[in-house]
Amino acid sequence: MKRKKPPIKTPQAAPSQARSAAPDSPGRRSFLWRLWLALGLATAAELGWIGESFFRPRPRVRAAAQRWIVAGSVDLFPPGSVTPFPRGKLYLARLPDGGFLALSRSCTHLGCSLPWDEKRQEFVCPCHGSAFDIRGEVRQPPAPRALDLFPVSIENNVVRIDTGRTQRRGTFDESQVARPF
Amino acid sequence: MSEPTESHLARRIWRSVFPTPLIPADDRERRRAVVETLLLHIHPPTVPARALRFTHTWGLGGMGLVLLVLLAGTGAMLMLAYRPSPAEAYASVQALIRETGFGPFIRNIHAWSANLLLVVAFLHLLRVFFTSAFLGPRQFNWVIGLLLLFCAMAANFTGYLLPWDQLSYWAITIVTGMLAYVPLAGPWLQELARGGEELGAAALNNFYTLHTTIIPVLFLLLLPWHFFRVRKAGGVVLPHRHDEELPDPPERVNTLPDLVVREFTVALVLIAALAVFALLVDSPLGGRANPGMSPNPTKAPWYFQGFQELLLHFHPVFAVCVLPLSSLLFFVLVPYLRYDSDPSGVPFVSPKGLKITRFAALTALVAVPALVLFDELSGASARLAAWLPPLIGNGLIPGLTLAGLLLGFRQAVRSRYAPNRNEWVLAFVVLLLTGFLLLTLISVLFRGPGMALSWPL
Repeated sequence: MKRKKPPIKTPQAAPSQARSAAPDSPGRRSFLWRLWLALGLATAAELGWIGESFFRPRPRVRAAAQRWIVAGSVDLFPPGSVTPFPRGKLYLARLPDGGFLALSRSCTHLGCSLPWDEKRQEFVCPCHGSAFDIRGEVRQPPAPRALDLFPVSIENNVVRIDTGRTQRRGTFDESQVARPF
Repeated sequence: MSEPTESHLARRIWRSVFPTPLIPADDRERRRAVVETLLLHIHPPTVPARALRFTHTWGLGGMGLVLLVLLAGTGAMLMLAYRPSPAEAYASVQALIRETGFGPFIRNIHAWSANLLLVVAFLHLLRVFFTSAFLGPRQFNWVIGLLLLFCAMAANFTGYLLPWDQLSYWAITIVTGMLAYVPLAGPWLQELARGGEELGAAALNNFYTLHTTIIPVLFLLLLPWHFFRVRKAGGVVLPHRHDEELPDPPERVNTLPDLVVREFTVALVLIAALAVFALLVDSPLGGRANPGMSPNPTKAPWYFQGFQELLLHFHPVFAVCVLPLSSLLFFVLVPYLRYDSDPSGVPFVSPKGLKITRFAALTALVAVPALVLFDELSGASARLAAWLPPLIGNGLIPGLTLAGLLLGFRQAVRSRYAPNRNEWVLAFVVLLLTGFLLLTLISVLFRGPGMALSWPL
């Protein structure tokens, strides 16, 4: 099937040459009107850009010394334990198999602070009842995804946490765990 | 000028400020006084007698204005006592309560007026809607009214953070947390609102500026526009029964004193009631904000708790974006839909409309608590979310269920009432508003620790 393009008819194209050249022709008027409209929109966009740039929060630039938390030696954290670090707003979890995860204490649902419930072995959100296990995996909705992570590095048996950036994740997987060797 | 100079100086000064007596003796002078006086000038010299019926407008628009004036006055006083930084905010509110003369009273008047303003504005919207006062020349004034309602909510919400106590800190945290679920722009919007990753000095500064400068200016621009549009539409709609012809021209009475005295009475009664309430009931203040510990339960300000209730049953994209935005769009478009008749001023469109209103409200009254209870007892939304991708199990499936129920409602209304277009809009607006009110009530009254359903008291 061949498709024929219909001839394009716009208000500008339709009137004859002589009419559109007239100083007050509808073609010229609507062209000028559109020009004003385009200029107005461009101005609005520029003002919006200036406003957004002005109000956008600047990323916190912190010195490396402030960013890193030295949690301590590996053996301080028995497997299956959860240790809060209020300064970094996080929990350092040592999984039963010995791996480490630094979990953000903010619930992924609406950002409430999570306490660790030792008896139930899970984080329970006081706001909407979401629950997360020691790996940060969702056990009870409404939370839509696992807890955010902070990068953990282990050198010479010392655990260090980079509090400068969080990593979002959907679910838990093995590659997120830092392991001492 | 040829009059002899009056003897008393005070009297001469008074005359120069108020050239006419408070209420002039004859009709002509009374009408003139309205035109000559700056404050009364927003009114025409005469108004239709029908427009004065108290049970037509309930004085709600005027009450809104009185509350805004009170809010501006007490707000300016509070600004003198308050220091907008996380380190000092809470202490400055405590000092206001403990040490400042009439500090609690002024704070209470401000807080209760703000809450009451939302109620009054909402009731005003209902009055306008149920008397079809959004048709014809008043179409755009409905939209300005919605903008004003939005400003009132924004003012309430930004003011809620300022005490920097546990209530405000966590309520604002979860409401700004809702913003993150807006598709595409979510995280950006959230960071803009919070002024960073979490609530801190930047957020407090933003909220303070919005609350004390930007939103008041918006009110100053929108309110005169709203009033001007009322004037240009010839005043409020005239109440009449559906089978009653309005007399043409309508019988008119003098604005001074008939309208002015009524407005004055409403204002004084309202102010007196507020003052008594503010003396008896203190606006709550929790402990100082602690970013490390969320209280249980953490609830949004009451006017957003309907959304919080939705969040318990729907995926956040649906609860905070799809459902609210589609309802909002519907509300903005209400005056621009096609209608079969112009029942401006007829309560509930027609006698049939009143029946439809009752039916729709009753449907919501049964269906909403039943659905909430069903979800709570069966754990349906939690289970669906567990074995399907959340957006489908918790979003699409309940969304489609809701759409199905709406279709059922439509079928029921059609077969029972065969409504015209005006009555159709009535049915859906009543269903939506009653449903939202019920969700709000359920969340405010029946949600206890862990947001589990519980009995109040």
